Amino acid sequence: MTEKLVIVGNGMAPGRMLEHLFEIAPGRYDVTIFNAEPRVNYDRIMLSPVLSGEKSFEEIVIHGDGWYIQNGVTLYKGHRIVSIDRDARTVTSDHGVTESYDRLVIATGSVPFIIPVPGKDLPGVITYRDLDDVNAMLLAAQSRAKAVVIGGGLLGLEAAAGLKARGMEVTLVHVMPTLMERQLDPAAGYLLQKAIEARGIEVLTRANTKAIVGDGKVEGVELADGTLIPASLVVMAVGIRPNATLAKEAGLEVNRGIVTDRYMRTSDPEILAIGECAEVGGHVYGLVAPLYQMARVAAASLGGAADECFVHSDTPTKLKVTGIDLYSVGDFADGDDREEIVLRDASAGVYKRVILRDNRIIGTVLFGETADGSWFADLQKKQADISEMRDTLIFGQAFQGGASADPLAAVAALSDDAEICGCNGVCKGKIVGTITAKGLTSLDDVRAHSKASASCGTCTPLVEKLMALTLGDAYNPAAVQPMCSCTALGHDEVRRLIKARSLKSIPAVMQELEWKTSCGCAKCRPALNYYLVCDWPDEYADDYQSRFINERVHANIQKDGTYSVVPRMWGGVTSAKELRAIADVVDKFAIPTVKVTGGQRIDMLGIKKEDLPAVWSDLGKAGFVSGHAYAKGLRTVKTCVGSDWCRFGTQDSTGLGIRIEKFMWGSWTPAKVKMAVSGCPRNCAEATCKDVGVICVDSGYEIHFAGAAGLDIKGTEVLGLVKSEDEALEVIVALTQMYREQARYLERIYKWARRVGYDEIRRQVLHDLPRRKEYYDRFVFSQKFAQVDPWSERVSGKDKNEFRPLADVRHQLAAE
Amino acid sequence: MTWFAIGSIDDIPQRGARCVVTPQGKIGVFRTHDDRIFAIEDHCPHKGGPLSQGIVHGASVTCPLHNWVISLETGLAQGADEGAVRTIPIKVEDGRILIALDRQLMAAE
Ligand code: SRM
Ligand SMILES: Cc1cc2nc3c(=O)[nH]c(=O)nc-3n(C[C@H](O)[C@H](O)[C@H](O)COP(=O)(O)OP(=O)(O)OC[C@H]3O[C@@H](n4cnc5c(N)ncnc54)[C@H](O)[C@@H]3O)c2cc1C
Ligand code: SF4
Ligand code: FES
Repeated sequence: MTEKLVIVGNGMAPGRMLEHLFEIAPGRYDVTIFNAEPRVNYDRIMLSPVLSGEKSFEEIVIHGDGWYIQNGVTLYKGHRIVSIDRDARTVTSDHGVTESYDRLVIATGSVPFIIPVPGKDLPGVITYRDLDDVNAMLLAAQSRAKAVVIGGGLLGLEAAAGLKARGMEVTLVHVMPTLMERQLDPAAGYLLQKAIEARGIEVLTRANTKAIVGDGKVEGVELADGTLIPASLVVMAVGIRPNATLAKEAGLEVNRGIVTDRYMRTSDPEILAIGECAEVGGHVYGLVAPLYQMARVAAASLGGAADECFVHSDTPTKLKVTGIDLYSVGDFADGDDREEIVLRDASAGVYKRVILRDNRIIGTVLFGETADGSWFADLQKKQADISEMRDTLIFGQAFQGGASADPLAAVAALSDDAEICGCNGVCKGKIVGTITAKGLTSLDDVRAHSKASASCGTCTPLVEKLMALTLGDAYNPAAVQPMCSCTALGHDEVRRLIKARSLKSIPAVMQELEWKTSCGCAKCRPALNYYLVCDWPDEYADDYQSRFINERVHANIQKDGTYSVVPRMWGGVTSAKELRAIADVVDKFAIPTVKVTGGQRIDMLGIKKEDLPAVWSDLGKAGFVSGHAYAKGLRTVKTCVGSDWCRFGTQDSTGLGIRIEKFMWGSWTPAKVKMAVSGCPRNCAEATCKDVGVICVDSGYEIHFAGAAGLDIKGTEVLGLVKSEDEALEVIVALTQMYREQARYLERIYKWARRVGYDEIRRQVLHDLPRRKEYYDRFVFSQKFAQVDPWSERVSGKDKNEFRPLADVRHQLAAE
Repeated sequence: MTWFAIGSIDDIPQRGARCVVTPQGKIGVFRTHDDRIFAIEDHCPHKGGPLSQGIVHGASVTCPLHNWVISLETGLAQGADEGAVRTIPIKVEDGRILIALDRQLMAAE
């Protein structure tokens, strides 16, 4: 008969426990989970990349809804267990659901510690623990206001870096003299502080918070020395405390955490406790590696094979702030019985210290260069006598035993039980074994099957080297297409790193991402220029030398080196005055060809480069602006006559088209964007083969996207129906902004949409209203800088040299 | 050969180019990211594209019409493409750029 297993809390520990349990005792239990958070199990340690924008929440989900269904698990989302009745063997949730159990697992994690100062309850004071906290921070970040983070430990630093990456001004307040003092010695703490400050985060150490001030909401933080730091957001990240109240009320033995034996059993043998809420062997933990060990032990104990027990070991600490490498493990305090070996390289910002007792490593602190971390940790774990290699120990593994400095050789030399992935406790032998046994060739597969590098990801380079060693030539890490031959990175990676590392110029990108050429090529430079324009609209200075000639001179180059000029004709509507102005320009500059384009406007072809500013000047006087017929940007919005004239028209399609074009012109996009609005399903504006199209119907506006009618022909997908013009505009703008932020350079909407999924786009820009608004706002912000008519700018003198020859030596000759 | 002053180095943006009109056609004058100056015929060996309008990278330029890459040092097309443009002697003195043209040919115009 199946037994009933109830779990309180759905965090990282029980999620892992169930994976083991279903493997060793499938079908034995009927599982029910109660989770106070209204969501599935996700990788809590990756909240920081979500905060900084390097990952989305969807990417960090560990078990999606499907997993629960497949495994027959009942998950009560948003149910907090308020009591355990040990006699009746039931638990009851705050929504009144009562469930009986044969075995119960408590995995309630921790609660963030709140320092008891006045003002701690003001709106705007938050902790950093779950997705709701991240969302609250992101909302606050939108206002680009000031934030104060209290606490200079792992969480505080990650929060500060994330908020900074989101454009906030951040001050970090830490009570101790150096940062992360529990994991780092003062020297490394100092380097860390410098690295944090270099990101533009203000760091105040020895700073004791006295009060949080504000009237009805947070307005600032007051320190004990009287300093007042203005802030509209305060993040408290001063520590955590095991969440053991529920267990205590149920009469279980509780010390700092819920006390368990080495098999994770509490004082009631039917009840287990795992995760941060548990105390085993006198220790409580705050990193996932030991929690995963607890998960394995608990699964064994529930599965009836009580042969595994929990053993304490030191877990290395790493910081997940892109660009800051630190690693610390073990005991690094000074002491008479200890010796230390230190290496400093000030120019490279490297600091390494290994602490020894009786010729054995008891602690390691690495900053700036952490590749040897797992090697040192391995020596420590094995209690290896290092007297033989003492002189070269600090230089790392590559310098030992005549091994070459080849990093692959270093990994090859690691012993089979060397731990590669600290989070999941996966050693080298297990990874190599899994790769061979399952014939794995991609990193994702290795992650899925061995769990190595599947949590915080800092060991990814080591895992990749192991793959290279095991698979030899069969391993192809460059499954991503590099941008061009100047770099090994793909477009997505480059886009991600530009944001993550706040890279704001082409030289900065090339330097930081180690471009192989001095200044790129005609493929990567325009792409980088676009990414920077898109990501930093207010800060980046557009590099015209990295734009294709058409975008540099704002006209289309022709086969004979002359140019064509296409002014905007909003929504395809024109007037006698406009047509007369065009006629005059054509006569005055003897323009050889005038043509009506396929985009409902007029093209003047064969204009000499030198004449362009004068042509624009005349067109400008008649009210014309550039049609961007040359741009990776908004091209045309075609319309039909709509309800103003047509007997079938349902809405003002012409007016909506003009409104969209006037709102969106000037924005730069990954590839060109063409739109159309048709007044009824007869679709005379051909809206169903455009990047974005609207078909007006009686009940509103049907928005289409991802069509194409050039190199490929593809009908559009329906995004959805909206009721009003305002809403149609908002959705179209949000869609365009999502595309601007995510697509690869030169990737049209239809290709990008196929890659990320139509449903995902629908979800983000149609259904998720706050997200839609965020995209919309970012577009509007960037338009402040983009919506400048390039023609009138050049008529008034900008880049005027571009249009004239440098010299005409025919005259010099004549003068001789 | 006669040296003609055609302007100052500051008249050309880094990683950019300008053209010079001569009786034998246009010449493209290029300035690289490290301030080296080159001059080549402004006429792509492929289909005559105006090279001075291309993107300058390293000591090469990519033609704006069909993306041939031309070496500024040798005038040779790079990669799989075959062809060459004439390079023109050029020097910089006190920030002034001078190019050498054949007076005879020029006078013949
Ligand atoms: C002028 C025009 C043809 C015309 O006389 O009607 C035209 C002319 C050019 N098109 Fe086009 N396209 C024109 C409408 C179109 C349309 C129809 C439309 O927009 O409704 C399409 C198909 C719709 C689509 O894009 O899905 C179209 C699909 C293309 C493509 C293929 C794009 C693709 O991704 O599949 C290219 C090539 C490219 O962009 O790489 C292209 C490229 C070009 C270029 C820019 C070629 C070039 O790189 O120099 C031509 C520039 C001529 C010039 O100097 O004006 N043109 N082109 C039309 C200008 C519309 C406007 O007012 O801005
Ligand atoms: C931002 C951040 C970054 C981190 N980075 C790292 C890192 O880089 N490396 C590392 O090793 N560790 C890291 N950690 C720590 C790691 O995330 C935790 O150690 C781990 O998630 C704890 O797992 P758990 O299952 O014990 O508890 P949790 O994952 O906290 O899950 C507990 C769950 O129980 C729920 N719950 C609580 N009480 C009840 C109740 N009465 N009824 C029902 N449900 C309840 C809670 O809502 C919560 O969802 C980080 C943590 C945070 C917040
Ligand atoms: S179809 Fe477009 S790209 Fe081709 S020749 Fe005509 S205008 Fe040029
Ligand atoms: S004309 Fe230069 S590449 Fe074709």
